[in-house]
Amino acid sequence: MTENPLTEGLERLPVHPTTLTIFGGTGDLAKRKLLPALYNLAHEGALPERFNLIASSRSDMPDEDYRKVAEDAIREFTRRTPDEDVLKALLARVRYVSGTFDDASVYERLGKALDEFDEEAGQALNRAFYLSTAPEFFPVIVQNLGDAGLDDHADAEVRCIIEKPFGTTLAEAKELNEIVLGVFEERQVFRIDHYLGKETVQNMMAFRFANGLFEPVWNRNYIDNVQITASEDIGIGTRAGYYDNAGALRDLVQNHMLQLLCHVAMEPPVAFTADEVRNEKVKVLHSIRAPTEEDVDRIAVRAQYAAGTAGGEDVKGYLEEEGVPEGSNTETYAAIRLEVQNWRWAGVPFYLRTGKRLARKVTEIAVTLKPVPHLAFKQEGSVGVKPNQLILTLQPNEGVSLSLGAKIPGTRMRIRPVNMEFLYGTAFLSQSPEAYERLIMDAMRGDATLFTRNDEVEAQWRICDPIVQKWESTPGPLPQYEAGSQGPDPAEDLTLGADQWRAI
Amino acid sequence: MEGDLSRTDAVWSEQDTTPAAIEAALRKLLAERYADSVHFVPARVLNLVVIVDADWSGEVANRLARVGRYHPSRTIVCAVEPGRTTLDAQVKFVADVDEAHPGEMALSFENVIIHCGERHLAHLDSVIDPLVVTDLATVLWSPHGHHDAVDALLNLVQVVLLDSVDEPDVTEALGRARALSDDAYVVDLAWLRSTPWRERIAATFDPAPLQPELAKISALTIRHHPESGAAALLLVGWLASRLGWEPSPLHKTSDALVGKAHARRQDIELRLESAPEQSTRGLASVELETAGGRWLKLDRGPGGLAAHYRHSRGVEREWTILGASRGEPGILGEGIRQALLRDPTYKPALAKALELS
Repeated sequence: MTENPLTEGLERLPVHPTTLTIFGGTGDLAKRKLLPALYNLAHEGALPERFNLIASSRSDMPDEDYRKVAEDAIREFTRRTPDEDVLKALLARVRYVSGTFDDASVYERLGKALDEFDEEAGQALNRAFYLSTAPEFFPVIVQNLGDAGLDDHADAEVRCIIEKPFGTTLAEAKELNEIVLGVFEERQVFRIDHYLGKETVQNMMAFRFANGLFEPVWNRNYIDNVQITASEDIGIGTRAGYYDNAGALRDLVQNHMLQLLCHVAMEPPVAFTADEVRNEKVKVLHSIRAPTEEDVDRIAVRAQYAAGTAGGEDVKGYLEEEGVPEGSNTETYAAIRLEVQNWRWAGVPFYLRTGKRLARKVTEIAVTLKPVPHLAFKQEGSVGVKPNQLILTLQPNEGVSLSLGAKIPGTRMRIRPVNMEFLYGTAFLSQSPEAYERLIMDAMRGDATLFTRNDEVEAQWRICDPIVQKWESTPGPLPQYEAGSQGPDPAEDLTLGADQWRAI
Repeated sequence: MEGDLSRTDAVWSEQDTTPAAIEAALRKLLAERYADSVHFVPARVLNLVVIVDADWSGEVANRLARVGRYHPSRTIVCAVEPGRTTLDAQVKFVADVDEAHPGEMALSFENVIIHCGERHLAHLDSVIDPLVVTDLATVLWSPHGHHDAVDALLNLVQVVLLDSVDEPDVTEALGRARALSDDAYVVDLAWLRSTPWRERIAATFDPAPLQPELAKISALTIRHHPESGAAALLLVGWLASRLGWEPSPLHKTSDALVGKAHARRQDIELRLESAPEQSTRGLASVELETAGGRWLKLDRGPGGLAAHYRHSRGVEREWTILGASRGEPGILGEGIRQALLRDPTYKPALAKALELS
């Protein structure tokens, strides 16, 4: 295909006219994230030149009532004050199809609406189906799309965007992949991990592969350990219904945190194309040996938060939260130690931990280098020379800091660690767009770089599944940690030798 | 408003001062500000040097205050007063929040206002050089002319921000942009006003079956704000440079500038018309026809661009391409943002636009 000479120099490349269908259009994710993201894209002129939205959900309502739902969600959750003309023009392109997801007539009516949009446009528009529903509906929606012939469209692309979680066990993920790939081809499938849409996660690639400074030390000869932390200071709120069936391991470790591990550990891709990048991530995942049942107690810790203090206020423990079943065994804290067994990383422990109601909200990757081989300085009178640490903070204050040893002013050679910092917000003019804005556009464009591939998802489950199985078959009660603390004491036993968890 | 810099501390001023004193004040105040609250972090993206007529400095300050979320880290405004012989200066620190909370970071920005005279302009670099943050890109904007000051600062700056529609003579304006682009990267707001139009034209011809139609464009009509002839010429220049047209100078008729460009297959009829009904600077409409009978028109409309399309079999369609108008503050903010990027298509478009004018 010849290149369009008009696209050179444009920041936003053309996206083929598209009709996006959101299954679960009245759900929380649609209201809080997807609809506001679509508005922001419209505001900035980033949507395809022809764009239509069809929402589908169980609630029965006419198009105009759904447009009001969408309008209210956009006004409440968008990051800017809506331009009334843009909002009105966007809502004019919205239709609604109601019904249960196993009702074949929903897909008939959906197909009719899609065809009407095509006819109005005088061309075949691309079709993207966004599955923003509870995961139990993914198979029935995909199968019905296939049965209705909506998986294919002459002269246009059809894409299927699937929210996480992609399965809750390895077997489920495999089964879901089989169902999805029985209807769609892999190139049509976009599995969401919204962390991949975050600017700071993408910046890790720039950090590692646009700077020659780090690559020579980015290996087992210089790096002692890697800690990846995703901690939250809030509890589960009103999400017991979802969370108690998921738990910390499924909610964050299996997807987001393993993706962060891949970004740290991967080899430089030969090109920044979807498959080249994902090939390298899959290689990392394949280098991690799946734990055996006996390994789990040695390499993984789980716990639940108990009552404590957060933000100066007394807060309930997990088992007292609304909607949590009595005696629940769901972990709100998970920590695991993994090894990437390849030439670059053999012997370097990767520590991952995540939890609710910890001391503060932070997502960071801490790369600790090995100590200097010989220290000529005496260390009395100071905290001493600490190994260098490179900290990539993804939230809340995105940036990179490097801890170095520096001399304390004075007559003696005393060293203390100091930080050299880069804060993303100080060095760039604009705030990052919301992750979903980027992901929706990439899916419409057909760029799968920021989405997980079928083998990638299964490789992630291969690592986590034995832990899930062991934990589910082991009765509680779970170890407890006080809300607002650093986490459970047993997590200290995960670290090897002199390694220590960083303070949250 | 998103990105408003709401907290201002007017913290230092001095009459009959020197650049060294201003720089010392900046350093001292930065240290004091940080000691006062560790949550305030100085923004470090770019320096913006603005040269303005003192009588109009308030208007320019208003424009800068409304650029939305794209703020320079340090802004140095030189307000030029005829006859002034000494320098007076003020330094203000502004922040994007009223109060920084623990765990959060608040960005602070530095504004320096220097009242200077015309005598200072030829050597303005000696005044400005000590005041810019080292290792950051420096952007120069001189909306009221002062070409001598601009020339004096060219060794110091990496980017010149200008608006070709500001100059009364379009040819002179484009010529000046062309000359400046030899010494610095030029961000032309007139060019940026055409971005949404360029994106849409590119998108219309992006599908593979339509790309060959680009070689069959036979007529182009652009309507523009009466003062935005430069934006229209740049759009024609863009198409000419991307599609290999050889333009000839346009000539004036009673109601338009008209002319031709030569392409391999056929000539392209060009027409640029003033749209007096349009209050917003920039383009009002773009209309393209191809030898194959396709016709595309984009008009400004509510909620975005109104698109009208007729294909070779005569079927017509209309739809709205969504997008909010950025307004003049938004365009200026976009210009500041573009200072960090590089667009390789502006210079060739500018060269072709000059051939037309």
